[in-house]
Formats: sequence, C-alpha cells, structure tokens
Amino acid sequence: MDNDELKETARLVRGDVIEMLARAGSGHPGGSLSAVEIIVTLYYKVMHHNPHNPHDDNRDRFILSKGHAAPTLYSILSRLGYFDRTHLWSLRKCGSLLQGHPYTFDTPGIDASTGSLGQGLSFANGCALSAKLDKRSYRIYCVIGDGETNEGQIWEAAMTSARYRLDNLCTVLDFNELQIDGRIQDIKNPLPFREKWEAFGWNVFEIDGHSFEELNQALEQAKEIKGRPSIIIAHTVKGKGVSFMEGKPEWHGTPPTREEADIALRELGFVDGVTL
Amino acid sequence: MNKVSSLRSAYAETLIELGKKHENLIVLDADLAMSTKTVLFKNTFPERFFDMGISEADMMGTAAGLASSGKIVFASTFALFASGRAWEQVRSAICYPKLSVKIVATHGGISVGPDGVSHQAAEDIAIMRAVPNIRIIVPSDATQTRFFIHEAYKTPGPFYIRLTRPALPVIYEDRYNFNPLSANKLKDGEDGAIIACGIMVFPSLKAAEKLQKEGIGIKVFDMSCIKPVDRKAVVEAAKTGHVVTCEDHSTIGGLGDAVGDVILSEHPCYISKVGLSDRFAESGSWNKLKEKYGLTEERIYKEMKNLLIKVRQKT
Ligand SMILES: Cc1ncc(C[n+]2csc(CCOP(=O)(O)OP(=O)(O)O)c2C)c(N)n1
Ligand SMILES: [Mg+2]
Repeated sequence: MDNDELKETARLVRGDVIEMLARAGSGHPGGSLSAVEIIVTLYYKVMHHNPHNPHDDNRDRFILSKGHAAPTLYSILSRLGYFDRTHLWSLRKCGSLLQGHPYTFDTPGIDASTGSLGQGLSFANGCALSAKLDKRSYRIYCVIGDGETNEGQIWEAAMTSARYRLDNLCTVLDFNELQIDGRIQDIKNPLPFREKWEAFGWNVFEIDGHSFEELNQALEQAKEIKGRPSIIIAHTVKGKGVSFMEGKPEWHGTPPTREEADIALRELGFVDGVTL
Repeated sequence: MNKVSSLRSAYAETLIELGKKHENLIVLDADLAMSTKTVLFKNTFPERFFDMGISEADMMGTAAGLASSGKIVFASTFALFASGRAWEQVRSAICYPKLSVKIVATHGGISVGPDGVSHQAAEDIAIMRAVPNIRIIVPSDATQTRFFIHEAYKTPGPFYIRLTRPALPVIYEDRYNFNPLSANKLKDGEDGAIIACGIMVFPSLKAAEKLQKEGIGIKVFDMSCIKPVDRKAVVEAAKTGHVVTCEDHSTIGGLGDAVGDVILSEHPCYISKVGLSDRFAESGSWNKLKEKYGLTEERIYKEMKNLLIKVRQKT
C-alpha cells in the first residue's frame, strides 16, 4: 500500500469512527482519532497477520492498552475482513460483537482484553516472553496513552521488558498531550518521556504520529534493534481530522450528536455520509 | 412519577457545603473529576483538590498519608478502580490503621452500561465487605447521598460509598434524617420482605406495590448501609418467612450474602437473591442490560412469587 492509499484508508477509518460513535451514543472520539495513523500503519504495512485465521500462532500480536480507542481498531479489523462491517453500527449495544472496550472472546482479531488502563504493557511482555520461550519470530505491538503512563504498572512493565531484553516488543506511545481532566503536564506530568524511557533501558524513537513515512520507518528500524525493547513516542493531535475536536479535552469521552457527526463527516470528505 | 436526581451531583454539592465549613476536608480524584463530579469542588477549592492522574493505587496511598496527618479525605474514581485496582492499598494503608479516608466510588454496578465489563463493578461490595473496619454504603437516591456524605465526614474511619452513573428517582424528602446504621422500612407487609440497596430500591418498591394489588403484603427495606448490616431489620424481614434481596452487584458476596449470613445465624428462612448471577455482563444501555440480566421490577416480582410458591409446596 502506498502513501496515498494509506491516507485514504485513514480517512475512511475516521469516517467509520465518527459514524460508530454517533450511532452508539457514547464512546471516545479524541483518543480514537489520534491513533488512526499508528494503527493503520501497523495493520496495513508492518504486522504479519491473517484475517482469515485470526488465531494463527505465528501472527504478530497487537495490544491496544488504551482500550478506549477500540472504534479505530474495530474499523480497521472490519475493513481487513476479520468481521462484517455491519457490526460496526451495533458498537456498545446489548448483544453486540463489539464491546465498548476490546474483548478477545467475542471479537475476531482482538489479542488482548483491555479498557482498564495501565495493564496492556504487562500483557505484551507476557506475549513477548512466550515468543522467546517458543523460539518464534513473531513480534508484539502495544499502543499506550500518554495519560496512561500515570499508572505505576506501566513502569513496572517497562522494567520487565528491559530486564528480559524483549527486542521482539515495540510499544507506540500516543503522545496527544491530553488526558481526561486536562493537559498531561497539568495533571501528573509524566514528562520528559524520552529521558524516562531511555533511563528504563528502552530504545527510543520520537516521530510525528500522523506521518505514515515516519511511523513506517521507525517501526521497521525497531525490528533491527537487538537486546532492548523499543518505544516510538508518536506526537499526535487528540481528535485529529475533525477541526472542532482537535486538541479539545471535552472530546475525550463525548460522542458527537448526529448533527455534529454530519459536520465532521463532511469535513472528512464524506458528502453523503459514510457507506454503511 | 418521582423526580429523578443525580447522586454524583448531590455528592459534589455536599462536598462544597462541607468544604466551606471545614478547612481539613481534602478531595482526591484520579483523572475522572468530570465524571465523579469532584471537579465542582476543584473549581471552588482548588488548593484542597489534588488530581492524582490515572493512578488509583497512588491515590489511596496518598489519601492514607493525608488522613494520618489529620485531614478528612474524600477520594473518588470509578467503583471498579477504587475497589479493584487499589484494593490492597485500601485494605492495608487505610482500613488496617482505621484512617479517615472516605472512598466515594461512582459508576458502581452494571448500570454503568455501554463502557462494558472493563468498567462495570459488580464485585466491589464483595471485596470491600471482606475488609475489616470499613463502612459500606450504597445510597438509593440523591437525598440519601447527601446524608451519608455528611455522615462520612462526621464519623471517624474509612468509608466506601458507592454511587450510580444513572440519576435515580428521589425516594426521600429533602429533610431526610435517619439513623445511619438502620435500614429504612419503606413499606410494610406480613407475607414477605424485599431487602434492596442503591438503584434496585425503587424497582423493589414498585414490585411490592404490584404484589400488594394482588393482596400480597411485602415489606421493603432500603439497606443503604451494607456494612455493618442492620441485623434487627434482617430478622424482622426473616420473620415473614420469605426474603428476596436485590442489588446491582454479583449475587456472590454482596447485599444478598450480608443478609443471608444474618438469616442463617439468627432466623433461618428461605431467601432468594436477585443480582448478577456469577457471570460478566456486557456493553449496552442500562435499560437493555437490566432486562437481559434480570434486574427489573418484573424480575423481583416474579422472584417473590416463586419463593412464596416454593415455600408453600415445601411446608
Ligand atoms: C485504570 C483506569 N482508570 C481510569 C480509567 C478511565 N479513563 C479512560 S480513558 C482515560 C484517560 C486516558 O488518557 P490517555 O492515556 O492520554 O488516552 P488518550 O488521550 O489517548 O485518549 C481515563 C482516565 C480507565 N479506563 N482505567
Ligand atoms: Mg492522551
């Protein structure tokens, strides 16, 4: 897939996310939109995976530790053929295949059940240790939030990854500078990230998290780093792609109304709404 | 129709009221101040509010330290994270030394709805009940919430107060004032008793009214204080011979078991528990979930009728 195709995919995913959230009447637009390029690059360019065999032992694993960005992952999984697109419109509803936060048991293609923040990196370490034990070459990808690094467990896990030299693990930090109650600097201030992760024994990349070139390059280079886990600090914009949501903490966990969704969709180039 | 009112707003308003009078009142939150409504306290008393970020364990430990230095601390986050994520900190740092930390846990039960299992606390009462020295309160409306926030401030030692995400029908008058350790008898009757808490009190009352129309007299107790449980009220209920408990919580370890323990040791009778039956729920609106998981007025009504039939057949 070339750059233009990736960009078009990202646009389509954003359209799905807006439509899903408007229909669900609850959910998290801001952190779903900031992570679109990250997850698109992983699924369309970097990861080895097979939509027709979601349990393939040799697949790369994906752990969405910031589980509230589930709509982005669901849109991508459906577009790749893991499940039918019609499920997107029952997100968060009783009886749906698609839970508010990722659930391995029901949803094809979900490798880790998440939603309680701070736990995904430990899970990813477990997957990475298992791959090493079994001498398998698959890789583990984990996406965490910047606010999520408030959780002590992230740093406990960070030490584990380095201690066991988990070079088959690559974490992407969605650095959108906001959590729920405000700017990350004003809440617990987890900065500086680069120096912290380096001090914890990680190999660090710092890139523009909306640039497919930079994401792809860092993810490919991370494969060559031996003896250490890698983290990509990806600078992003919360709510990216919808002007009235960008950089606004209010849009963390408030879904768009139908009218707001229609404005957002027009802005994203869907003149007649998304194709259902 | 009763007026509907938010328990979380009642909590925040009471915090501000208390904060005006008491300099030693401190509020902590864990990046959910908008949802728990402690943001209203923050806006009024920024210097006595600390947003700990997404760090529930850290918040409970910090609350313990503040309380050990003479502060009365209200610490809030979602019930699952307050109880589950920070359980051992609550147990060892707060409850063991009997510190005045008032955990006000919002979004209790599966009535949280569409966020799904990762955010639905259906086991919190069970795991908190197992810890000594802590009082567990599940208010059934906004008025009772106000009362218990005052009570928690006044009473030394740890509290776990569980609030709902949905606003609830107002059951009590504004001047509501009662014994914090006693259950509230909302309806009398001689044929059976329903003991409920929180969001399930109102539907319990409705179920009892429906039974009354059929000539079946049912007592309804609002057991807002689950620990220590009102043993006298439970015995009074047990004397009818038929007790149904009802809660937005697992049937393991919650109100049903607190009541069951008393019944077993003081006045054995048949008991039936309405709640989430040893399974996880799912995402969905509360309206849909309560139908699917059996937390409705209809279900309480049926449970009581079945119990009456079962006992009649056995005796
Ligand atoms: C343990 C835990 N505490 C609190 C929450 C509630 N919560 C959901 S998202 C969120 C903020 C996340 O911020 P960040 O990690 O920066 O995510 P993003 O900005 O990418 O959306 C919080 C506090 C949670 N899901 N899990
Ligand atoms: Mg963020």
